Order: sequence, then structure tokens, then C-alpha cells
Amino acid sequence: MIFVRLFFEFAKVGLFAVGGGLATIPFLQDMGVRTGWFTNADLTTMIAVSESTPGPMGVNMATYVGFQTAGLPGAVLATLGLVTPSILVIIIIAGFLQKFRQSKTVDAVFQGLRPASTALIAAAGLSVALSVLVTVGGTAEHTFAFRWPAVILCAAVFVCMRYTPLKKLHPVAFIAAAAVIGAVFQF
Amino acid sequence: MNIYFDLFLTFAKVGVCTFGGGYAMLPILQREVVEKKGWATDEELTDYFAVGQCTPGIIAVNTATFIGYKYKGIPGGVLATLGVVFPSLIIITAIAAFLSNFADIPVVQHALAGINAAVVALIAASVMKLGKSTLKNGAAIAVFLCVLALAVFGRLANFDTGAYGALGTALDMLTSPAVLIVLAGVVGFLLYGGRKGGEGK
Repeated sequence: MIFVRLFFEFAKVGLFAVGGGLATIPFLQDMGVRTGWFTNADLTTMIAVSESTPGPMGVNMATYVGFQTAGLPGAVLATLGLVTPSILVIIIIAGFLQKFRQSKTVDAVFQGLRPASTALIAAAGLSVALSVLVTVGGTAEHTFAFRWPAVILCAAVFVCMRYTPLKKLHPVAFIAAAAVIGAVFQF
Repeated sequence: MNIYFDLFLTFAKVGVCTFGGGYAMLPILQREVVEKKGWATDEELTDYFAVGQCTPGIIAVNTATFIGYKYKGIPGGVLATLGVVFPSLIIITAIAAFLSNFADIPVVQHALAGINAAVVALIAASVMKLGKSTLKNGAAIAVFLCVLALAVFGRLANFDTGAYGALGTALDMLTSPAVLIVLAGVVGFLLYGGRKGGEGK
């Protein structure tokens, strides 16, 4: 039955894809080929929509694929399938950590993890910055050019939310303002 | 308000405000969960991202489950997770049903380019906030710089293309987030594990 299958196919993605939403793409490509539910061209559209709508990308992809394959129940089941392994695994790990919170060994390990985790978030931010703020390639190879409108907007948002009274605003206010600016000035 | 409903609603808000991968939800989590609700601290957020990075599942979902569980046990973990995916269900279903060319609409593309520029700034500001609580001593800063360099190098060099042979495969593994997290955990253990508690606090 398609609903059961959707659930388990996405539970498999949730179990084996480790990391951000982009980590799900190879698994989805494979799923499309095996099941025939969608083609690679469909997948490209799904990625584009998932990137341009609110919500974590991986979740958006599961919902989109589920809906295209079996309507609203499909969307719900694919999404539930994706998150079920996370819920199980994280609850086990979180329970374990809570039990050993006082342990010096666990504390020592996390002392090392925290700066590394911060660095990985910074690296992810840098790679988004690279794709958003500069154009690589273009007319000649190995050239890059700043996308000045994006650079200026990014700098303005950064300064506003760190050094002006506007920092009290909710982050989504900056996102909404940036969407309007992008649309009006045709970024 | 009922605590569980509050959890669900807060994470639904986080879901609506997130554009992109799991990292894009960090600024929203800091505002909603750390500053407004006090359900977690900045340090705990980095812990959750670290664990979420090397456990099965996408980071956004893992982090939501973690925070919900810590606050209200298993029902909390489940409700936070359902909350974070709920907006996707509604929005994506509506778009898939009525606007399958959504991503090709010029206004959407322009708005998204603007949003992405803002998201870069939001992530940068979040990292600076996190750094205040996670980079307090020389060893922590050294780990931060090493991991940052390896991660950026790994992303730029694209070792997994096969052009570099077996060495490329090895380097691709070494620069993958999950492996870097595990290595950093080992470094933490070696640096602080043998001593009596209280170091680096």
C-alpha cells in the first residue's frame, strides 16, 4: 500500500541522512529511480520550491514528494516518516545525556564539541554567504564578483541587528524587510 | 496557556521563520527558545546542533526533538517536532496543489535573494552570540579555528568528486561535519577528561 510505503521510504531517509536538508537529496534521487514516484526533473522543482518556502528544507522536500505521490495523506505520512527516526534516536540520546549530565567525561567531551559545533555553524554560514554574496565563474573562469546589492543588504541587516536599537526586533522582521527589498529592487 | 500547546506553537513559529537548512533556524531558536521562553541556553543549543550533526535525521528536526524532550520529556519531544514540521505541511501542500511553478515566479526569486542576504547576516550575528559562551579560552578558540578551516576547506575543495582518488575519499571523510564533531569530542576528552571538574568554566 502506497501510504505505508511512503512512510517507510521516508523513515529510511530520516535514518540514513545525517546532517542538513541537503543530505537528503542523494537518498531522494535514489528513491525516485527505485519507485518511479518522481523523475529527476521533478526533484529539481521540489528542491527549488523547498528552498524558497518557509520551513526546514529537508522537511519541505518530504512533504512535497509525499503530496505529489499520494495527495495530502501522502504529505503527512512522508513527513511523519522522515521525523520518526529522529524522534526515537534523539530521545534515547537525550535521555542518556540527562542521566550522565554530572559525569566529568561527558562534560569534557562537550567542552570539545561546543567550539567545533560553533565552527560548523560558521562554516555553513560562510558557504551560504559565498553562494549569495558573490558570483563565481561568469565570463572567465576563476573570476569572482561581488553581488553588491546583496552585500549591502547583508551588511545593513547585520549592523542594524547588532548595533542599533532595532536589535530588539524579531529576526523574522529582518527577513520580511529583506524579502520586500529584494522584490522591489529586483535582486 | 497549556505547556504542550505552547511548545507546539513555539516550534511552529520557528518552522515558519526558517528559510533554508537547519542552520537558518538558529537565529529564530535563539530569540524564541533561549531569550523568550528560557527553555535552553546558548550553550545547550550548540550541544544540540553538535549531536544533531552526527546522529540520524536532519538537524532541524533533531534540534526540535532535543529541546522539547529536555523541557517536557517524551511528549515534549514529539510535540516540538510536530510543531516544527506543521507549517511545512500546510505551506508546501498549498503550493504543490496550486502553484507548482512557485519557484520560477520572478518576484519570488527576487524576494528570496533578499531573504538569503538577510539570513547570512542573521547567522553571522548568531554565531557571534554563540561564540561568546563557547569560545572562552585558548583551547576552545584553537578547536574552533581548526574545525572552521577543515570544514571550509572540505566544502571548497569538493573532494567527493572522485578527481582525487583514495586520498580525496579520505579527505572528504575527514572534513565531513560528523567526523569533525567526533574528533572534537575526543580532543575535549583528552584536554579535560583526565582533570578534576571545573576546567574551562
